Amino acid sequence: MFDTLSGKLSGVFDRLRSRGALNEADIADALREVRLALLEADVALPVVRDFINTVRERSLGAEVLESVSPGQLVIKIVNDVLIEALGGAGAVPLNLNVAAPVPILMVGLQGSGKTTTSGKIALRLFKRDRKRVLLASLDTQRPAAQLQLQQLAQQAGVASLPIIAGQTPVEIARRAMDTGRREVFDVVILDTAGRLSIDQALMDEVRAIREATSPAETLLVVDAMTGQDAVNTARAFNEAVGVTGIVMTRMDGDARGGAALSMRQITGAPIKLTGSGEKLDALEEFHPERVAGRILGMGDIVGLVERASETVDQDEAEKLARKMARGTFDLDDYAKQLKQITKMGSLSGILGMLPGIGKMKAQIEDANLDQGILKRQAAIISSMTMKERRTPDVIKASRKKRIAAGSGTSVQEVNRLLKQFDDMSTMMKRMTKLGQKGLMRQGMGALMPKQQQNRRPY
Amino acid sequence: MALGFFSRLKEGLTRSTQKLTTGITTVFTRRKLDDAALEELEELLIAADLGPAAASHIIEEFRRSKFGKDVTDEEVKQSLAEEIAAILAPVAQPLVIDRALRPHVVLVVGVNGTGKTTTIGKLALQYQQQGLRPILVAGDTFRAAAVEQLQVWGSRTGAVVVSGPPNADAAGLAYDALTRARNEGADVLLIDTAGRLHNKAALMEELAKIIRVLQKQDPTAPHSVLLVLDATTGQNAIEQVRVFSDLVAVTGLVVTKLDGSARGGIVVALAQAFGLPVHAVGVGEQAGDLRPFEAMDFARGLVGAS
Ligand SMILES: Nc1nc2c(ncn2[C@@H]2O[C@H](COP(=O)(O)OP(=O)(O)OP(=O)(O)O)[C@@H](O)[C@H]2O)c(=O)[nH]1
Ligand SMILES: Nc1nc2c(ncn2[C@@H]2O[C@H](COP(=O)(O)OP(=O)(O)O)[C@@H](O)[C@H]2O)c(=O)[nH]1
Ligand SMILES: [Mg+2]
Ligand SMILES: [Mg+2]
Repeated sequence: MFDTLSGKLSGVFDRLRSRGALNEADIADALREVRLALLEADVALPVVRDFINTVRERSLGAEVLESVSPGQLVIKIVNDVLIEALGGAGAVPLNLNVAAPVPILMVGLQGSGKTTTSGKIALRLFKRDRKRVLLASLDTQRPAAQLQLQQLAQQAGVASLPIIAGQTPVEIARRAMDTGRREVFDVVILDTAGRLSIDQALMDEVRAIREATSPAETLLVVDAMTGQDAVNTARAFNEAVGVTGIVMTRMDGDARGGAALSMRQITGAPIKLTGSGEKLDALEEFHPERVAGRILGMGDIVGLVERASETVDQDEAEKLARKMARGTFDLDDYAKQLKQITKMGSLSGILGMLPGIGKMKAQIEDANLDQGILKRQAAIISSMTMKERRTPDVIKASRKKRIAAGSGTSVQEVNRLLKQFDDMSTMMKRMTKLGQKGLMRQGMGALMPKQQQNRRPY
Repeated sequence: MALGFFSRLKEGLTRSTQKLTTGITTVFTRRKLDDAALEELEELLIAADLGPAAASHIIEEFRRSKFGKDVTDEEVKQSLAEEIAAILAPVAQPLVIDRALRPHVVLVVGVNGTGKTTTIGKLALQYQQQGLRPILVAGDTFRAAAVEQLQVWGSRTGAVVVSGPPNADAAGLAYDALTRARNEGADVLLIDTAGRLHNKAALMEELAKIIRVLQKQDPTAPHSVLLVLDATTGQNAIEQVRVFSDLVAVTGLVVTKLDGSARGGIVVALAQAFGLPVHAVGVGEQAGDLRPFEAMDFARGLVGAS
């Protein structure tokens, strides 16, 4: 659909042969592309404006070195500014530094993921930090909301406040804190009903809850798919209750997640956690550099690699890596690899296992494959004969048709798989030739077939 | 126009579009429609989630007919609304229940938290009021208390709810519910499903399975596949519609949470890209808060025309 920003920018700068400092005219076109990329990624308009101004200032007069193209330089500046704007390096932990029981207040729009996230935080505090956690639902609005939290508490193995019908949210909040004190809980998580930023009565209610409980953390839970409205939500909740941290949910989707930048800029509060699935263990620290890549359409490569190293069978991976190095890696091995990485989502995972590549994870372009594609690829390979897997060169038109039909895919997909395997083989051969030192010096770019260097990831 | 149409939506939209309105007002009071004005207008549309491409498309049309003219605030809003309404009019189509089908099977799908279950509750009320007999199927067997949530909607609206044990196979449940609905001669079978992100192939395959299993009994089922979209969603809604349509042949959309400050401008981009009917809009959390989607009203709300 859209090319990545890097592709567009190198296009913009193609005609620019000059070296030296970047000037206003050079970067005007580039900034237009940056603006468009940010808007397509759902960064809110006023936030985009500020961002572009910062990038312009920093780009003006920046030296273009021999080794980088002007396009790469602007990308670097954009990426740097974005990471800073998202909070700089490192995750900000939850603040639990008040006398127990520590109240954590969860707020946000309807359906943003507050209840699920409450359960996730409870599980994490209980399992990892050995805290005694009490979950309390103040949601008297949504049908069965209190029951939902109660069931999540059971799943997490933590306590939940007994449900008493007819109590108001503020009454439940008081009861939760009383119970927390009496039964010596370390943390009390207060899950609230979703509310619209323009609903004055409900915004007053959440203010009252906050006053009654003085939470150590007031977490605004936001869906990563949120569009321009992020600004209104961020502003309204921040004004009403003083947001201390943001949780971005549904990062397991394919939204570019520009709302993260909008939220962070409007509230000034750090993004503390991200939700990456419906299960209770799908809670992660926020990594600005990954989300920056995602917003810019470059994929959350580091995240994929990290997940890879957690899920991949180390021995198997090393065996395959050796095969790669020897150049004897065939489609059967590829299928094995697919099976292993279906969980983690990317080919970069295997490459991350190879010596010398670990440091260059961020440059591995071929990420962003979703699981659906991987599963279909596995199906394609399983529809091939032994011979076809060993020597993919024999797969011509009629075989492709048969394989596509057998795997319930299309010839296009078969082609894509073969192309990808081919690219991989080429890459591996280069890798072996270059050796580790060459790699370190020339970077991943040296591995990419020439015409492919600016190719967008899938 | 339906009685009371958009009364609540309008409230929300009036509030939500105040900024847009003020924007247009300040941009266009006593002003020539020049490049700068058009650019600002384009940004106003982007801020309403139309997306840069759709916004620029509309502004280009607008430029062709209005460039250089001296226009008043009202004129700009009116003709911009007309421009947008022209895009939306073809997709403003109510969901028509075929009474001959007994039951007309409606499968409700969408990403997590968009309002699927609530929308089913709202539809159930509408059908009851029209003298139709709906049966609701608690096909979200995954999320905590999802079954109980739908059961509450059943008791609020007087509709029968068919449910199974937690983590039961949703397809099997849907199959049994269809058998029952056929036996009892119910008019509509509303099947709730667990929210799922469109990029999760295994979860999307589950939906395809529900459809396959229903078709064993009635090859024409489901007769409608409703994709529920949250109005706060940005550009990702396009991907959602694309993938859900590809994999489960969506027949129409419902846009929820239009009572908030989000303007749902993505609907315009969706209408241009897919032309899928928009059957209804959600304007609140109560059973009565579902309205037909009407192009001109929506467009006027979007640009803040009075
Ligand atoms: N303000 C407002 N809230 C809505 C609307 N529609 C649904 N909601 C709320 O949005 C939240 C999610 O709604 P659900 O119906 O549970 O959504 P769902 O798609 O079934 O969610 P999952 O099954 O969890 O994926 C609830 O708090 C609803 O009350 C609407 O039109 N306006
Ligand atoms: N895929 C995915 N789904 C999520 C995530 N967080 C929450 N959900 C789902 O989103 C829906 C709404 O979540 P819920 O916690 O009930 O939202 P609330 O209304 O804000 O309390 C449910 O279907 C959850 O399973 C996440 O990080 N990823
Ligand atoms: Mg909730
Ligand atoms: Mg539901």
